Amino acid sequence: MSELFISMFPNAANYWDRFLESMEATFQMFFIAGVLTMAIGGTFGVLLIVTRPGGIRPNRIVHTVLEAVTNIFRSIPFIILLIFLIPFTRLIVGTSIGVRGAVVPLVFGAVPFFTRQVESALSDVDPGKIEAARAMGSGIWGMIFRVYLKEALPDLIRVVTITAISTIGLSTSAGAVGAGGIGSFAINYGQNMHYQDIVNLCVILLLIIVSLIQIIGNTLARKTYNRELFKK
Amino acid sequence: MIKINDLSKRFETKSGAIDAVDGVSLTIDEGQIYGIMGYSGAGKSTLVRCINFLEYPDSGSIEIDGFGKISCENGLLTLEKGESRTRLTEKDLRALRRSIGMIFQHFNLFDRRTVFENIAYPLRYSKKTKEQISSRVDELLKLVALEDKRDAYPSQLSGGQKQRVAIARALANDPKILLSDEATSALDPEATDQILQLLRDLNRKLGLTIVIITHEMAVIKAICSRVAVMEDGRVVEEGPVYDVFSDPRQKITRRFTEASSGLGKLGKLIDSGAVSLEESGERKLIRFTYTRDTVGKPLISTVSRQFGVDVNLLLANVDVVADRALGGIAAEISGEKEAVAAALEYIKNCGVRAEVIENE
Repeated sequence: MSELFISMFPNAANYWDRFLESMEATFQMFFIAGVLTMAIGGTFGVLLIVTRPGGIRPNRIVHTVLEAVTNIFRSIPFIILLIFLIPFTRLIVGTSIGVRGAVVPLVFGAVPFFTRQVESALSDVDPGKIEAARAMGSGIWGMIFRVYLKEALPDLIRVVTITAISTIGLSTSAGAVGAGGIGSFAINYGQNMHYQDIVNLCVILLLIIVSLIQIIGNTLARKTYNRELFKK
Repeated sequence: MIKINDLSKRFETKSGAIDAVDGVSLTIDEGQIYGIMGYSGAGKSTLVRCINFLEYPDSGSIEIDGFGKISCENGLLTLEKGESRTRLTEKDLRALRRSIGMIFQHFNLFDRRTVFENIAYPLRYSKKTKEQISSRVDELLKLVALEDKRDAYPSQLSGGQKQRVAIARALANDPKILLSDEATSALDPEATDQILQLLRDLNRKLGLTIVIITHEMAVIKAICSRVAVMEDGRVVEEGPVYDVFSDPRQKITRRFTEASSGLGKLGKLIDSGAVSLEESGERKLIRFTYTRDTVGKPLISTVSRQFGVDVNLLLANVDVVADRALGGIAAEISGEKEAVAAALEYIKNCGVRAEVIENE
C-alpha cells in the first residue's frame, strides 16, 4: 500500500481488511438483488404492458393487482420498508442481517421502481408495430420478444442502468440496519468512530462504482441506438 | 375470394356503444382491387381488421377461399368447412393471418431492424431455412425495386420506400390477399402514385386480391375496379367504381365525387352570390353528368343551335375513373320556357344526366 494512500486515509488503511470485506458484501448484495430485480421487475413490467386495457392480452385482475402492489411498495420510503420487512425476511431467509437479510428488502425496494421503468420503456413502442406483428401471425411471445423487447432495447438498457445505480444506493441504506457493506462500514467506522477519512474513501469508491455503471450503460445504449440515429 | 355476410362489430365506450360495423355484406372476387371508401370513423378500418381477425366480429360470417367460412357469435368464432365445425382459437387465426398480407398508413416497420430483417420477420414463421429466407427476401426486394436498400434502416428511407418495404414484408409468405389500410394517406402525391402503380402491378403479376381502405377518392379512381362507400358502419353504396361515381345515389358519395371533380365549388359560387339560384321560367341552373361515350359529343353547341337557348358554362371537368372518362358540367340554360324544357329532354335522351340544382 502506497505511502500516499496511508497518509491520506490513515484509518482506512488500519481497517483495510474490513474495508475489503464490506466492499465484497456490497457487490454481493448488488449482484444478487440486481439479478432478482431484473428478473422479477422485468416480468412485472412486461405483464403490466401485456395485460393493460387494449394490450395484447388484457386482463383487468392481473393488471389491477400488479398496479396496486407496485404503487404500494413504491410509496414506502426504503428505510421504513427495511424495518417493516424484518419479520418477513426472517421467515424467508432465516435472518434479517448480513447480505442474505439485505437481499429481500433490496428486491422489494428495487422491483417496483424497475417495473415502472420497464413499463414506461415498453409503452413507448408504437402500437402500430405490435399490430403489424399480429397481422403477420406473431403470437404473444413473438410480440413480446421480437417486437416489444427488441424495439425498446436502448431504453431498456438505460432503465437497467438507472435501476442499478439506485440499487447501489439502497444497499448502502440497508447498511444502516445491519446489512453490512460499504454503507455500514461508513456508518460504523467513519461516522461512529469519527474517522472522516473512512467516510471520504467510501464516497470516492461509490462515485467510482456509479460512474462505471453509468459509462457502461451509456455505451451499450448508444451502441444499440446508433443504428436508429444513423440517418443523414 | 372474400365473402362477408351481415357482419357487425360494436365497441363499448364510456360515452355509449358504437356500432363500428353494422350489418355489412360484401363480396370481393379473386384478383379484384376492391376499394372501401368513407370518412374517418365510418368503420372501414374496423371492417378490414375483421377480415384478418385483428378484431373479432360480434356477429355475421366471413368466408375466405382456401380457409373456409368463419361464423362469429358473441366473440366466438366457428370454422365451417364442409360438414365439420371447429371452434377457432387465437392460435388458429395466426395461420390465417399469415396467409393475408396487410399494410398500414404509418408503415409500422421495425425501426431496430434493417430492411432485410423487416422483410424476413414473417418468414420466421414459415419452415424455410436461412438460405431460403435470404433468397426469398432478395426476390421480394427486387419485386419492390429496393435491392440497394437491403441493409438500410427504416429511418434512412423516404416514406414511399418505407411503404415499399412494408409491401414486400406483407407479401413475404405469398398471401393471396393484401389488405391496405390508408397505405398512401401519409405519402406525398408522387410517392402515392408510385405505390398505387406498384399495387396495380402486383395485382396483375401475382393475381393478388387487394382490399384498399381510403378516404381519398383519387386512390379509388386510380386503381379500384369496385367500391363500397361506408357511412356510420354501414355500406351505403356499392358497385363498379365507374357506375358508383358516375351516378352517385347517396349524399355522401356525391360529396366525394363533387370534392374530387371540382363541381363542389358550385356551392361556394352560389354562397358568394356569383351564381344565382333564383329559378325563373326561362333560366335554370343545371348539373350535367357525362358518362362513357357521351363525353365526346358536342352537346352544348348542338343544343344551343337546335333549340335556340343560351348555355352559360360555370364549371366543367373531365375525370378519369377506372380508366374511363367521366365529365361533369355545371351550366345555366336560359331561353323560352318550352325551348329550355325541350333542350333538357334532348340532353337526357343523349344519355347525359341533367339535374336542376335547387337550394338544399
